[in-house]
Amino acid sequence: MGFDQYHEPPDELPAATRTFARLCASLTEEAEAINWYQQRIAIETDPEALAVMRDAQGEEFKHFSMDLEFLLRRVPAWREVAQGILFQSGDIVEHGEEAEAEAFEEGSAGAAGAYEDGSLGIGSLKGASR
Amino acid sequence: MNHLLRGHAPISDIGWEMLDEEARERLAAALGARKLVDFSGPHGWDYSATNLGRTTPLASAPGEGVSGRQRRVLPVVELRADFELSREELRDADRGADDVDLEALDAAARQIAVAENVAVFHGWDEAIVGITECSPHEQVSLGDTAEHYPRQVAGAVERLLCSGISGPYALALGREQYRRVVETAEHGGYPLLEHLRKILEGPIIWTPGVRGAVVLTLRGGDFVFECGQDLAIGYQSHDADVVRLYLEESFSFHVATPEAAVALTP
Repeated sequence: MGFDQYHEPPDELPAATRTFARLCASLTEEAEAINWYQQRIAIETDPEALAVMRDAQGEEFKHFSMDLEFLLRRVPAWREVAQGILFQSGDIVEHGEEAEAEAFEEGSAGAAGAYEDGSLGIGSLKGASR
Repeated sequence: MNHLLRGHAPISDIGWEMLDEEARERLAAALGARKLVDFSGPHGWDYSATNLGRTTPLASAPGEGVSGRQRRVLPVVELRADFELSREELRDADRGADDVDLEALDAAARQIAVAENVAVFHGWDEAIVGITECSPHEQVSLGDTAEHYPRQVAGAVERLLCSGISGPYALALGREQYRRVVETAEHGGYPLLEHLRKILEGPIIWTPGVRGAVVLTLRGGDFVFECGQDLAIGYQSHDADVVRLYLEESFSFHVATPEAAVALTP
């Protein structure tokens, strides 16, 4: 079993951060799968094989989107930046700069808390060593 | 703004971050039960009951030729610890003070963590049946000195094995018992802490509120802590001098496998 998603000792990380790391790793894997299918579809000539791969890639779109939504729900500042960029017409970079400025104008999550439900995000601590 | 009403508190963003971080640190150290049982959720403040999959037959029916059953659920409980902080101290935090008096928050964090541990391990009248309350195993005394602990812990592990409960196992220790273990330097060539870990093949968890000790399996599926609202700081009221806050959570707890734990009394 690999634990490559951790850059700090897992024992020292809160459970919510470990869950966050797992979903980040999953998001990366889904993006890679979308990329692989995109390349395979680009060169495949068999219509039946193409249909299968397009269906499979659709699954990865769903998985990627669910992972992303989970992560955005856990980090209000990320969500706020994403809301300023995603599904907007116009200049992507311009939207990005504006969204970043708006999200971090006040500097911190403050009364909203770091987690969407206002909790401390402690969750499970199973796996702690003492 | 949600039910915690944090946005109404006269507390700056810096202040809230400081309070949340302080509470998180204090709670994570003391929430021993969460280090040992399965955790489900959080399901939100509006989550009210855990499905048990069981029913109770109803004595009467609303019509001829029919019968009825009522679903049984386990209602979540709300646990809350109130505290108040000096607004002058919070203003000093905004100025950059690094020695802000948060003793009241620390005390509330200790209280609610201990209460959660007690509810999980020893139950809560009419609300929660704790692990030691429903364990069918005979409760054995740990004894007065830590030198006897390995024998009692090994005996508990053997009883779990006899019941078909596989490991790894863990040991939840009350405050006094934990202190005795860590201050006992050696036992049979090993530090006592290491000796016990070898017997358990699992962790030894400081669990304030536990009376004595509990040996339990960590294999999963035996003890379920279902969280509605996870621990959070909410706002109650304020005046010119103090702001009144609270720590709160909602949860249910149930034991699926009563024989998966052995209680060792002080």
